[in-house]
Amino acid sequence: MSPAIEFREVARVYGDVRAVDRVSLQIATGEFFAMLGPSGSGKTTCLRLVAGFEAPDSGQILLDGNDVTERPPYERDVNTVFQDYALFPHMNVLENVAYGLRVRRVPRAEQERRATEMLELVKLGAMAARRPSQLSGGQRQRVSLARALINRPRVLLLDEPLGALDLKLREEMQIELKNLQRQLGITFVFVTHDQGEALSMADRVAVFNQGRIEQLDTPRTLYTQPATAFVARFVGSANVAEGELAQRLSGQARSFAIRAENIRVQRPGESVPDNMLRCDGTLLDIQYHGAVSRCQVQLPGGAVFAAAVAERGGNGHPAIGSQVTLVWSPQDAVPLAAAGAGS
Amino acid sequence: MSAASVAIGSPAPLRRLSTFLYGRPAFYIGLLLIPPLLWFGTVYLGSLFTLLANSFYAIDEFTAKIVYEPTLATFKQVVTQPAHIDIIVRTVVMALAVTIACAIIAFPIANYMARYASPRMKAFFYVGVMLPMWTSYLVKVYAWRLILAKQGILSWLFDSVGLTAVLDSTLRIPGVGGPSLASSYLGMFIVFVYMWLPYMILPLAASLERVPTSLLQASADLGARPGQTFRNVTLPLALPGLAAGSVFTFSLTLGDYIIPSVVGAPGYFIGMMVYQQQGTAGNIPLAAAFSVVPIVLVMIYLTLAKRAGAFDAM
Repeated sequence: MSPAIEFREVARVYGDVRAVDRVSLQIATGEFFAMLGPSGSGKTTCLRLVAGFEAPDSGQILLDGNDVTERPPYERDVNTVFQDYALFPHMNVLENVAYGLRVRRVPRAEQERRATEMLELVKLGAMAARRPSQLSGGQRQRVSLARALINRPRVLLLDEPLGALDLKLREEMQIELKNLQRQLGITFVFVTHDQGEALSMADRVAVFNQGRIEQLDTPRTLYTQPATAFVARFVGSANVAEGELAQRLSGQARSFAIRAENIRVQRPGESVPDNMLRCDGTLLDIQYHGAVSRCQVQLPGGAVFAAAVAERGGNGHPAIGSQVTLVWSPQDAVPLAAAGAGS
Repeated sequence: MSAASVAIGSPAPLRRLSTFLYGRPAFYIGLLLIPPLLWFGTVYLGSLFTLLANSFYAIDEFTAKIVYEPTLATFKQVVTQPAHIDIIVRTVVMALAVTIACAIIAFPIANYMARYASPRMKAFFYVGVMLPMWTSYLVKVYAWRLILAKQGILSWLFDSVGLTAVLDSTLRIPGVGGPSLASSYLGMFIVFVYMWLPYMILPLAASLERVPTSLLQASADLGARPGQTFRNVTLPLALPGLAAGSVFTFSLTLGDYIIPSVVGAPGYFIGMMVYQQQGTAGNIPLAAAFSVVPIVLVMIYLTLAKRAGAFDAM
């Protein structure tokens, strides 16, 4: 079976910026796929290339094995949930949802029936007669979702759909989107800059940086085995030791990443097991995060490492400005590819 | 520190005034609004109502003096005399034709300005659209008379490309044509469209600029072809601009008396009638009654536009 979406050496250039730099990827049918990256990394441009709002400067885009590179959006079997929802302000909720059927000249009675069903699916049956301006952000989000799903697309594209929602609503919608995707079996391609969102929802994640895919893997692999320093920092907020620092800390020249929760903070003089690595430093700051606190520790030479320590009773944390010892196991250090060598 | 407390302790009169006004926003706004409202109320609306009041008087046929007794006789004269009805119908048909033509010509220009033009190109277009408005109105009208004249550049142009027959047969169409373009309703129509086009382009471009591109993309994404997107999304969302622009073109055409007297056929227009009645004929009530006609027509037009949902997307 051909993949739902395939990019072959796709490039998109704006002036002298390579927004998408010869990207190749395959997304399987029924997959929940996330494109993760900071702003300007090319993830949204990739999504727009799939939808057909942009044309690539070179390369091919295939949907279900068919080359759609030259096809306009209205001839592609994909639908989009826009970042700003893009609901039609002059139509009510039902008309918005039925729009995809209306432009395909589906009989009016069927339009209404299917749009109503779709509104029930997103739990907005009671809002059919309202205007988008009378809805809350979360409700608009659902209308936008219902409108995009009504044509029963093979692929649903979601452009930072949860970005404008508050934290609680965002968490609810994450679960709902995931359930919806399982229920419908449609391929979801989800663009986000929030690594937590990508990790918790997606089957596979492509991490974008400067127009290229740094790593494409399952969330677990991305987190536990980042391939590059960029992925280690962006996905796991890990500490990265490169070059001379890596040499000093591990005795090897190869860069490595070590996640904050795998580093222990000890007071000077506490004993360190023989099989562990260690480094002394100055405690700069402690940020309270509830279950854990993050200690920022400056190592000799200037680099700052973060260590997550559990809230402990009794003697509390070392004082800010005091000397501490960072301790970690060599097994937790993840060796990284040299900078710039992507996937 | 001590300097600040001194300033608070004994503020300058001006500062005390601004503190006083800051705490009383309603009073402050009222103070700012009274002069313009007085001007607007007395000079603008006052004279308008005086004019309207005059339309409820009539002129004595023999003495040619205004009889100051409220009557609907003058209005009756306006809407029953066949010659007057002709004038109203002629003006309204011209105003509608000019409005429709302006809308059709303005839409692609406004759409280009709002959606496709680069910032530099957009500035160029805005200046280009407004530039004719900086020139004297009379100069433009008389220039058009020369352009449209029998020996003018336009007939020369038709002649040099061998299309004189087309021009002649167009001018032979009854009701539209005439001896030359300069003395035909067609010529008058061309000048009206030229004159009022900027008033249609500017509000239309402003309303199209407010339509987010993502709405057009969403429409295409859901399967709408460009024509469907235009009919279902672009046009309905541009209606407020179209309504605003058409009120300009419609009412400007209804009230104009210079263009019909410089360019075009001999038939009278409402504006000319008002001008003549209040001037040479000295029939102020009839002039006033005629000037009520455009007001009523624009009101009807706005009511219809509102009912058609032109302002829903505002």
